[in-house]
Amino acid sequence: MKMSESQKVKIKARNVTVHYGEARALHGIDLDLNANEVTALIGPSGCGKSTFLRCINRMNDVIDGCRVGGTVSIDEQNIYSDAVDVVELRARVGMVFQKPNPFPKSIYDNVAYGPRIHGMAPSRSELDHIVETSLKRAGLWDEVKDRLSASGTSLSGGQQQRLCIARAIAVNPDIVLMDEPCSALDPIATAVIEELMEELRRDYTIVIVTHSMQQAARISQRTAYFHLGDLVEHGQTQAIFTNPENQQTEAYISGKIG
Amino acid sequence: MTDYSDPDFRAARLKKRYQAEKRFRAYGMAAIITAGLILVFLLGSIIYSSLPAFSHHQVRLDINISEDYVVADAPEEGNYLGLVRAALRDHFPQVTGRRDKRALYKILSIGASDAVEDRVKNDPRLIGTQISLYVPLSDDIDLMLKGLIDRNLPESDRIVSDRDLAFVDKLAEENRIERKFAFALFTNGDSREPEMAGIKGALAGSLWTLLVTLIVSFPLGVLAAIYLEEVAPKNRFTALIEVNINNLAAVPSIVYGLLGLAVFINFFHLPRSAPLVGGLVLALMTLPRIIIPTRAAFAAIPPSIREAALGVGASRTQVIMHHVLPLAMPGILTGTIIGLAQAAGETAPLLMIGMMAFIVDVPTEVTAKATVLPAQIYMWANNPERAFVARTSAGIVVLLTLLLVVNAAAIYFRRRFEKRW
Repeated sequence: MKMSESQKVKIKARNVTVHYGEARALHGIDLDLNANEVTALIGPSGCGKSTFLRCINRMNDVIDGCRVGGTVSIDEQNIYSDAVDVVELRARVGMVFQKPNPFPKSIYDNVAYGPRIHGMAPSRSELDHIVETSLKRAGLWDEVKDRLSASGTSLSGGQQQRLCIARAIAVNPDIVLMDEPCSALDPIATAVIEELMEELRRDYTIVIVTHSMQQAARISQRTAYFHLGDLVEHGQTQAIFTNPENQQTEAYISGKIG
Repeated sequence: MTDYSDPDFRAARLKKRYQAEKRFRAYGMAAIITAGLILVFLLGSIIYSSLPAFSHHQVRLDINISEDYVVADAPEEGNYLGLVRAALRDHFPQVTGRRDKRALYKILSIGASDAVEDRVKNDPRLIGTQISLYVPLSDDIDLMLKGLIDRNLPESDRIVSDRDLAFVDKLAEENRIERKFAFALFTNGDSREPEMAGIKGALAGSLWTLLVTLIVSFPLGVLAAIYLEEVAPKNRFTALIEVNINNLAAVPSIVYGLLGLAVFINFFHLPRSAPLVGGLVLALMTLPRIIIPTRAAFAAIPPSIREAALGVGASRTQVIMHHVLPLAMPGILTGTIIGLAQAAGETAPLLMIGMMAFIVDVPTEVTAKATVLPAQIYMWANNPERAFVARTSAGIVVLLTLLLVVNAAAIYFRRRFEKRW
């Protein structure tokens, strides 16, 4: 594995805590995520991996009663400082959700929405270009190029999820967060999306939450194991899956708990 | 112990279950049929009793527009009543006594002279010529001709005297009487004479009032709902506001009328009996009825859509304006239109601000004196003349038609804005 070319740390989390009301969901997470790598966050349900993911684009901000402590830095800039505008942040950190959630608009408008609101395409032809390249990179172009005006919700589940990926990358983010993107898809659609992630890794930093050990092993370079709001272990995926240091990790990935 | 594996026992249970389902369906059907029959009976009886109001008997008179009565220089100062009476007298040369003449005049409606006046004013060249014109008969003669007053009763028991009958029979023999569509019902304002009383004033009053209600309550209601549902933090203060809004929806409507009287008329000195004040009062009443369904419509939008929009970097306002509001629009419009329909049928709050009033002129602005449809219906129902019975039902038909149109609009807009997931 070529390590040297992409060892730059993209996201640096230090002592990240999250409270939902009185309940503490994350207890001080320290984690570095490298650029141009896929990092998989694994762990049993309720362990805080999705919560951590949502700290990276401040999606927790919109939840009532949710407080985030500590710092998360992207390219050495703390995204929780007052100087950072949350809307701009989310344009730099795209997100794909567990359930495909295309807007009830046309396929074209789904992809064009982000570029439009950020004023990225002053002319129609530029917008067309962005839509086309985004759909191509999401591997959906050939399937939908003849029906861009069809509703995004008319697509199949796997296609919808790729449409959501196209929508996320249309605003040209640095980082793409994926929250169990394949959990609602069949194995064939999952395989397509996994291939896509390998492809996208060249340009983006990808953080994915997954419940599938095999998926984490297949697609990620690094893996972080969460348990009950703590980061138990993280490192090279190969190392974690073949030779975990922590007993809990071993129990989880070998199917004894979780 | 029951043996659950016994086929007979299972068959019996199955049969019981099917019977229970059949019974349940039958109860539902019975409920629907009962409700349907009641509705058909209600509508049927109202429409049936309104039918006489839509037509009126008119008599064709040969009117000699002599310059003794009206001069070309000033047609508005003409003595049209005299003209019509003279024309009627010409048909009955044998009537000479003052008392007989007066009885003769009474078979015509007061509106008869208006018909001539309108005709001459439209075309002053008619002065000096003779025209043949249909003019309305009085309400009692009309009812008698429609068969609603029995002419075979002894004279002392009916409102139309034998002398009147003789006049009418003579005109009928000459083929001068015809039953015509009662345009007056739709083109006139209110009147003391049933055959001249029209719904137009009340309809215009209702529409002006509803316009004010819509302009005030729609933006206020939708903005309040958006703020409460999408922006405001969920704390004790917003919970208090929410409870209050729900309570306001249950406040008796006459209380809003008292409030309107105290605030809009006594404090702000807005004009009494005006659609402006009526609309404001109804807007207060409608506000909670818009806020509640609008909030429900917002709450029904799946959070995944909000997350999707936030995820590509939409601001809170953009999420609301681009995604949530368009998707909630059908629900908002339905709530608004149902609120307006309720307001359209409301009488009690308008009692307090003087919109239950006899107003002849058709209002042309929001500060003009006006009444509204339900108030008009009530006032007609209170009038002693028998012809107002049919007028009252006709007023109800017009009000129901208005509500039907409003509800049809609700369905149209809902279909139009509805999007499939």
